[in-house]
Amino acid sequence: MAPLFDYTLRLADSALILGHRLSEWLGHAPLLEEDLALGNIALDLIGEARALYAYAGTVEGQGRDEDALAYKRDAGQFRNLLLVEQPNGDFAVTITRQLLYSAFAHPFWRALAQSRDATLAAIAAKAEKESAYHLRHAGEWLIRLGDGTAESHGRAQRALDALWPYAGELFETDAVEAALIAEGIAVDPAALRPDWERTVQAILAEATLAAPAGTWMQSGGRSGRHSEHLGHLLASMQFLQRAYPGASW
Amino acid sequence: MYTQGLLHAKEDDRAAPEPAGALARFQARIDAEEKIEPNDWMPAAYRHTLIRMISQHAHSEIVGMLPEGNWITRAPSLRRKAALIAKVQDEGGHGLYLYAAAETLGVSREELVEQLLAGKAKYSSIFNYPTLTWADIGAIGWLVDGAAIMNQIPLCRCSYGPYARAMIRICKEESFHQRQGFEIMLTLARGTDEQKAMAQDALERWWWPSLMMFGPSDAQSQHSDASLRWKIKRFSNDELRQKFVDATVPQGHFLGLTFPDPDLRYDAASGHWLFGAIDWAEFRNVLAGNGPCNRQRLEQRRKAHEDGEWVRAAALAYAEKRRARAAA
Amino acid sequence: MGARGGACLCREAAGAGGGMSEAPMPLWEVFIRSRNGLAHKHVGSVHAADAAMALQAARDVYTRRGEGLSLWVVPSSAITASDPAEKDMMFEPTASKIYRHPTFYKVPDDVGNM
Repeated sequence: MAPLFDYTLRLADSALILGHRLSEWLGHAPLLEEDLALGNIALDLIGEARALYAYAGTVEGQGRDEDALAYKRDAGQFRNLLLVEQPNGDFAVTITRQLLYSAFAHPFWRALAQSRDATLAAIAAKAEKESAYHLRHAGEWLIRLGDGTAESHGRAQRALDALWPYAGELFETDAVEAALIAEGIAVDPAALRPDWERTVQAILAEATLAAPAGTWMQSGGRSGRHSEHLGHLLASMQFLQRAYPGASW
Repeated sequence: MYTQGLLHAKEDDRAAPEPAGALARFQARIDAEEKIEPNDWMPAAYRHTLIRMISQHAHSEIVGMLPEGNWITRAPSLRRKAALIAKVQDEGGHGLYLYAAAETLGVSREELVEQLLAGKAKYSSIFNYPTLTWADIGAIGWLVDGAAIMNQIPLCRCSYGPYARAMIRICKEESFHQRQGFEIMLTLARGTDEQKAMAQDALERWWWPSLMMFGPSDAQSQHSDASLRWKIKRFSNDELRQKFVDATVPQGHFLGLTFPDPDLRYDAASGHWLFGAIDWAEFRNVLAGNGPCNRQRLEQRRKAHEDGEWVRAAALAYAEKRRARAAA
Repeated sequence: MGARGGACLCREAAGAGGGMSEAPMPLWEVFIRSRNGLAHKHVGSVHAADAAMALQAARDVYTRRGEGLSLWVVPSSAITASDPAEKDMMFEPTASKIYRHPTFYKVPDDVGNM
């Protein structure tokens, strides 16, 4: 059952870390309506993470609950995509990160809703609706920024250039997933690439933005080799549980 | 508490003389518990008082996102994390509903925000205190939201329609906020010795500022009789403060905590919890801008506003381009 | 607010509450049809640059507790209100705009009395 545990953990970690990043915006967004919008997306993602952690813990069968998994593992044991742990930067970076992620997440959850694993399928069905909204929100904003003012265009293009190298990891598979894909439990992410490219290119075109070409793609998140950012994020997130071991909150 | 900034405000007399009959008819409508709506005739003083009161309330909600927002990334469980995000998000939403209500009186949100960021507008003094531990999040939900609810329920019957309706919506959403805070305190009070100490410490730091939220005592207060006559304010400061103390002290005792007030005692004759003297010098000092976090709170809001300017400009520019293309 | 709607109302710095250089975000009124399938009900307002943004904002602000099946957003300036006053209390012109979103108009000095 280890591959199913690993697979579920990957999905949970990405959802949690991205939700955590978005939650950092509350009280600091460019307009009040956006504090609420980013809050909604954060809550959706954390909800997805909680459902996935609960299932992962069940699958593992060693009594680890959602908090044990979220708060007691060090960075090297996290399995999230590198993309989601990148800092928020300015609003253009946050929106670009969201677009690249959600353009993948939406077709991914739609495909996973057909999984032979009933629990994953149910989680996926809910997440699909949520990610459809995240995609629309991020896409519309990226178009506004790309085709807004000279300043917003510049920031959006810089954000795209900085985050593009993390897009490749979305489509990687490995031995963990290969067996699960064959069993009809997991989704082959490579198969989602054409859909993702179509969606992203259409939005970039309308946003008058250009995707970088021939970029070297970063990798390693899914096997625990993260950027320097994750350590700081977890140090903050996990502090209370680490400082007061054994306490209930 | 949302009128703290009106403490020494004079009756607004900048209006042109009003038709004699109109004022009497307006008062008759108020006395008959009719709601005043945006397009209705109203005395200039009524309009200006409401704008200040509603906007101060809105500013309080927005600034109030910051002390609690300070602990979102460090929330110690996923359940607490989600609940805190939802709570802070609600506060943003409440600010938004209130700015919307103020806008029906002829002022724009932008103007009101400019006043806040320029240091010209007031907001509830409680948010100028720092959140130093996780227990502070519990204390804020239990005490600060508890105090706010005392004030907000009567406001649901405020004479001005848009404000009353915003308050009804807010009160519906508020119901989980206080419960969430109390539950955090309960978890800590039943936890390890360190957690109990954390809860006790938070109560000691938040109790008196929470009592100050209700504003000066009635004897010292210069609040306008007009606010009561026009059914904008429905109970006095002392009445609400006493109600809050009576409800909250038993809750604190249930938690096994000690209130930082040696004079706190139950008076069987009146059925009230009598409490010690409030340090009004501290209150005035915080209101004057010298609290631990006044500058920091405004700096954070200014930064958010300034950092966001290019985003707002982009949205407007894009909308304009789209309109121009559609027209072409 | 005027029939032109909300795009770029540039405000006189002198008249506004001190040094406003930023164009305001237009105001939109929000109407929701709840799950019970009744008529759309006015719930409040949002600030947004255009209709798509207003719809998103309305969804994010006003339907967080599952209150919505259908959303309408309307520029505040597009709403015309009937005169609520009885005729002997009428101090406003009829068919006035319900929300007094403040605007300032530049009038050349040599136009004379206006």
